[in-house]
Amino acid sequence: MKHTSSKKSTERLSHILSHHKPERVELIPILQEVEEEFGYLPREAMLEAANFTQIPASDVFGIATFYNRFRFTPLGKHPVKACMGTACHMVGGALVLDALERELGVKVGDITHDGEFSLDRVACIGCCFLAPVVVIGEDIHPRVTPFKVEEILAGLKERDAGKTAHKD
Amino acid sequence: MPARPPTRTSISPQMTFDQIKDQATSEWEALQQKPHILVGTATCGRAAGALDVLSTFEAEIRRQNIDAPVVPVGCMGLCYAEPLVVIIKPDNFSVCYGNTTSESVRRLVEGYVVGDDPCFELALGTLEVADENAPSIPELPRFEHELRHILRHCGYINPESINHYIRRGGYSSLIKALGTPQQEIIAEIKASGLRGRGGAGFPTGTKWGLCHNASGQPKYIVCNADEGDPGAFMDRAILESDPHSVIEGMIIAGYTMGTPHGYIYVRDEYPLAVKRFKIALQQARTKGLLGNNLLGSDFSFHIEVAEGAGAFVCGEASALMYSIEGKRGMPRVRPPHSVESGLWGKPTLLNNVKTFASVPMILDRGAEWYASIGTEGSKGTAVFALAGKVAHTGLVEVPMGTTLRDLIFQVGGGVPKNKKIKGVQIGGPSGGCLPESLLDTPVDFDSLTKVGSLMGSGGMIVLDEDNCMVDAARYFLDFVQKESCGKCTMCRLGTKQLLDILVDITTGKGKIEDMDLLVELAEDIKEGSLCGLGHSAPNPVLTTVRYFRDEYEAHILEKRCPALVCKELIAYYIVPEKCDRGCEHCVLTCPTEAIKSDEKRIKIIDQTKCVKCGNCQMVCPPEYDAVIRVSPPSAIPQKN
Repeated sequence: MKHTSSKKSTERLSHILSHHKPERVELIPILQEVEEEFGYLPREAMLEAANFTQIPASDVFGIATFYNRFRFTPLGKHPVKACMGTACHMVGGALVLDALERELGVKVGDITHDGEFSLDRVACIGCCFLAPVVVIGEDIHPRVTPFKVEEILAGLKERDAGKTAHKD
Repeated sequence: MPARPPTRTSISPQMTFDQIKDQATSEWEALQQKPHILVGTATCGRAAGALDVLSTFEAEIRRQNIDAPVVPVGCMGLCYAEPLVVIIKPDNFSVCYGNTTSESVRRLVEGYVVGDDPCFELALGTLEVADENAPSIPELPRFEHELRHILRHCGYINPESINHYIRRGGYSSLIKALGTPQQEIIAEIKASGLRGRGGAGFPTGTKWGLCHNASGQPKYIVCNADEGDPGAFMDRAILESDPHSVIEGMIIAGYTMGTPHGYIYVRDEYPLAVKRFKIALQQARTKGLLGNNLLGSDFSFHIEVAEGAGAFVCGEASALMYSIEGKRGMPRVRPPHSVESGLWGKPTLLNNVKTFASVPMILDRGAEWYASIGTEGSKGTAVFALAGKVAHTGLVEVPMGTTLRDLIFQVGGGVPKNKKIKGVQIGGPSGGCLPESLLDTPVDFDSLTKVGSLMGSGGMIVLDEDNCMVDAARYFLDFVQKESCGKCTMCRLGTKQLLDILVDITTGKGKIEDMDLLVELAEDIKEGSLCGLGHSAPNPVLTTVRYFRDEYEAHILEKRCPALVCKELIAYYIVPEKCDRGCEHCVLTCPTEAIKSDEKRIKIIDQTKCVKCGNCQMVCPPEYDAVIRVSPPSAIPQKN
C-alpha cells in the first residue's frame, strides 16, 4: 500500500484515471486502485470516479458499499486483520478478536484515536494450518492466543517508540 | 454461426509447438544435470517463512560458490510441514524436507547439496521409493489413498516458468485440440463423465454442448476463481502452483466454443495467485500459445483478469458476471442460464478452476482413462482443503468414492492430541456438518447430497470433541447473513432470523419451540431464495439439528454447552486442590485482573470481572492443570 505518498491526492487520483477508459467495466478496477493508493475510498475520489465514468454517484456508492474490500475510513498505520475463517473460528478465533478489541479499545471496522491501529475481520486468508491467524500489515502472525495478542501489540508499540526516539 | 476450425498454414501449429517443446526440454534437462533445490513458495509456504528459507539457500550457495539453482515452486499439499524443500541430485535421491528453518538450510547445503549425506533425520522422505533404509514419500500411508491428477504439477514445477509446464506435457492437449473438430472435443468431455468442480457437479460436457449450440455472438469463456468459502484454498493453490493448466483448459474451451474472449474472475484476497496467473498469461503470449493466431493457426484467444472485490455471492454465476460488468454482484432469476445469456447477455461458458485444469489431462489421456477413476456417478478425483482438528492440514486429492474416514484418518493423519472426532464440515457455509457415524460415507457428489451436505468447492474442516455444533451453525449463519446480497427477502431476513435464534440458544435464551422454528424457517429460506447462497445457507443449521440435536437440547433445556465453548454458558474455575500456590501465571496474564489469591495463596477467579478469554487455562502449567471450564456457570463448586 502506498497511502503515505506525499503527492497531492488530486494528482494521485488523476494518475489512476489516466490509464482507464471511461466505461462501467472499469469502475471496480478504478475503485480498487484508489483503495490501494489511499488505503480507503475518499468521498471525493468516488465522486470523481462517478464523473469520469458517467455513472451516477449514488450508483458508484452502491457498488462500493456492496463489496467487502472497500472501506470508507482511512486505515491505521498498522492495519490489523483478524481472520474469521472456519478453521480459525474452530480454534478460538473469536477469543482472539475479543482480545484485539479489548487491547486496542476499538470495535471491528474502527481505528484507534491516534490513528496507529485499525481493526478489521477477514473471511479467510487460506492459511488454515496456522490458525488462528492475525495479519498486521504484511505480516502473518500464526497460532495467536489472547495472551499473544498483548505481546504482539506491545512489540509493535515498542518498535514504533524506538524509531521515534531514534529520530530525536 | 459456428466458428470455422483453424486452417492449416505452411507451418502447422504442431511444428511450431515442437520447436517450443525442444527449447523447454533443453532448459529442463540442463536443470536436471545439476543439484537443485525446490522451495515451496505458495501462500501457505510464505506464511510459514518460505521466503526466508529461499533467501538463506541463495545466500549459502552464493557464499560457497556452488552451481545449484534454487527454484521457487508451488504447494505440494503438505501444508502442515511448510516450509517444504526438495533437494534433487542428478545421481542420488531426491529428498523432501519439512519444517525447514534457516539453521536447517545451512545443514542441508553442507550435508546434501555439497556432500552426500541426505540428512534423513530432517527429511519427510525421498520422492521415489529408492532405498529400503530411507523413508519415502510414496510409502507414507496417505499415498495409498491419494491420487494426484489435478494437482499433478503442484510443487514440482516453477509456476513462473512456462517451460517447466511444457516439459511435463503441458500445452500438448491444446495442440491436439486445434486439429480436432469441436463436436469431438465436446463428446470426449461428455464421455469422461467430468462434473463441474465448483460444487454443484453439473456435467461439464453437457454444459459445453449447450453453450456450443447456443445462438448469439460473441461467446465468452469465464473461469470462476472466486473461491469464497472460508477454509477452502484449493483453487488458490492451483493458480499459485500450476497456472498454465488452467490457461490451457480455458484456451481449449475457447476453441471449442469458437470464441476469442476469455475472463478469469479471481478472488481479491489472493494477490499471489493473481500475480502468478498474470505472469503465466504473459509467458503464454510470448510463446504464441495465447493471443492472435495461436501458433500460426487462425484461432485467436485472449484472457482478461478480473479481480473480485470481496463478495461471497459472486461465486454464483450470474452475480459473478454482473461483477465483471462493473455492477453489484446480485444473482438473477434463471432461466435463461448463463450458457444462453451470461456475460453482457451473451452465451457464456463458466467453469471452476479445477474443471478447466482437468480438461487438458482428459484430452491427453482420453475420456476412457478418466472415466475409469471414481464412482458410477462421479468420475475422476476430488481435491479437498483439509483443515481444522486434523494432523496433516493441507491439500489432498483422492479418487471419488474414498470414504470420509480414510480421507481424515489415513490421508489426514487423524485428530491430534488424542481427541475424539465429533464430525466434519464439508462445503463451507453452504455445506453441512456430518457426525462421526457417517464417516463411512463415500466422497462423491450424490452420496454427500443424500446425507444433507454437499461436495461444495472442497473445504473440509474436521471437528473434535472441543467444538460446539450449535456454535458452528451460528458461525456459518453469521457468515451467510453478512454475505446475503439482499435481493431475496427470505435470504436477507430469514438468515438474520435464523442467526438471532441461534444466538439466543448459544447465550442461554433459547426455547425448546425454537427447534421446530429453525427447521421450518430453514426450509422456507431454501424455497424462497433465487440462488445457491440462499438455497444452501440453511444447510449448516439443518444438518446440525438433524445429527446433533442433543447439543441443541443441552443448550436450551439445561443452559449447558457440552463442548464448553459458548461463552455465556461457561465459567472458568480454578480447582483449589490443584493450584500450586507459589505460581502466579494466571494472575499475571489475566487482562481484567479478575484473579486474586486468597489467604492461603490459592487463586480464585472473580466471575463478575472474568471476560472468559481463556488465558489462565492456557498458561496454567500442565503439571498443575488447575484451571477448568464448567457449564452451566452455576456448576462452579460453592465455598461453604
